[in-house]
Amino acid sequence: MSERAAILETVVAILREQCPEAGEIGPESDLVADLAIDSAAAMDLVMEVEDRYDLDIPLNELADLRTVGDLVELVARHLEGRQG
Amino acid sequence: MSDILAKYGPLAARRQALLGSGGRDPFQLRIDRLLSPTRALIDGRETILLGTNNYLGLTFDPEAIEAGREALARFGTGTTGSRIANGTYGLHRELEQAFARFLDRRDCIVFTTGYQANLGMIAGLAGPRDTILVDADSHASIYDGCRLSGARVIRFRHNDAEDLDRRLARLERPEDGAVLVVVEGLYSMLGDVAPLAELVEVKRRHGAFLLVDEAHSFGVYGAHGRGLAEHCGVEAEVDFVAGTFSKSLGAVGGFGASDHPHFGLLRYAARPYMFTASPSPATMASVLRILARIEAEPELRTRLWANAHRLHAGLRELGFSLGAEPSPVAAVVLADERQAVWAWNLLLEHGVYVNLALPPGTPGRRSLLRASVSAAHTPAEIDAALARFAEVARRLTAAT
Repeated sequence: MSERAAILETVVAILREQCPEAGEIGPESDLVADLAIDSAAAMDLVMEVEDRYDLDIPLNELADLRTVGDLVELVARHLEGRQG
Repeated sequence: MSDILAKYGPLAARRQALLGSGGRDPFQLRIDRLLSPTRALIDGRETILLGTNNYLGLTFDPEAIEAGREALARFGTGTTGSRIANGTYGLHRELEQAFARFLDRRDCIVFTTGYQANLGMIAGLAGPRDTILVDADSHASIYDGCRLSGARVIRFRHNDAEDLDRRLARLERPEDGAVLVVVEGLYSMLGDVAPLAELVEVKRRHGAFLLVDEAHSFGVYGAHGRGLAEHCGVEAEVDFVAGTFSKSLGAVGGFGASDHPHFGLLRYAARPYMFTASPSPATMASVLRILARIEAEPELRTRLWANAHRLHAGLRELGFSLGAEPSPVAAVVLADERQAVWAWNLLLEHGVYVNLALPPGTPGRRSLLRASVSAAHTPAEIDAALARFAEVARRLTAAT
């Protein structure tokens, strides 16, 4: 499994806990429109993801967060930065 | 081209749903007349105010009103200028000196509102090379100040010193960048307090600066009413303190204070201080008087805390789930938004006003009825409000 696929699986698992009534969740799922995740809930979601990966994603980087795929990309970039 | 307000479609739908459940817009409540610090006329009904943050109940202090009236007559209705132009009067400096003395700090800066105090302090202290670690449950003014600063902003779990420690440990710092930790004293939504002793130990170990916003804790905590840092015995470890005039001080405005020898430079760097009109002379004069009362009358806090314990115990006895241990804020946690709106309306119809607090503005997405007590409430008023809460509890039980 590629790193991004593994991150997607983790993010979807967290989202399943936070939004048990959500339908299918994929990279294209819109956080606001499909999952009813507002700005405050998005910050809490990011905090869960930070804990799983032991990293910090500054709030400054969340402005363009729209989809589940955006979040996966953000996490992947931070993990790569840590390795690099 | 789309309508510029089209993005608020979901907000409009949510507002409509709120109106549908009670008929009244909880966020557009109109108070027709104030009868006292604890009573008002709302919809023609005499109402007990149990959600005003008027913790010491001093908004009708006769000497403060007289001092404000005299300042109005002597200095006019407004300064019509910013602090760095024509907006600094003797009164502004006098109040800054009075605060510095009261807080036992080297210097104090007065801001026009509490919101601007946090904006000015945070954006004045931190810049693009710096990092801010902010408590997750912080007030919007803190988040907005962080954004205005241009600093890298990292959120840590609410009141969790271990999480702060972990995040500070993995921080990569540019050599010329500083780290600022921002927390509140008393958190206004749930009424819980920061574990300042633990947070101070962590920030000291990591060489970070600490700013404590004592907006809700000033006048409420500490032997002299200086806030939670005084109560916890850690004032010397708090590098910067911010606060507001719009709670215990019964007016509008804010302050920042510090022992840092260069703190005064914020007067030349903090945009929310520089580019807004200074507070009105009447405000300065009334706050000077109220500050003197807080200093001279510790019994105000004794009364406040007796009321806080009375309300908290009463709500617990009725079976309500509360947000935190006793403090002047008692947050009743309800099942969901609909139930909270229904209960808020019922209380208002029975002559009790509390704050309705809904997600996303609440910790953990909880729907809250936020009650806050004042030193000016009589025990009979607290009991009368509790009797109305009992009716809410009775109907909730009947409905389940």
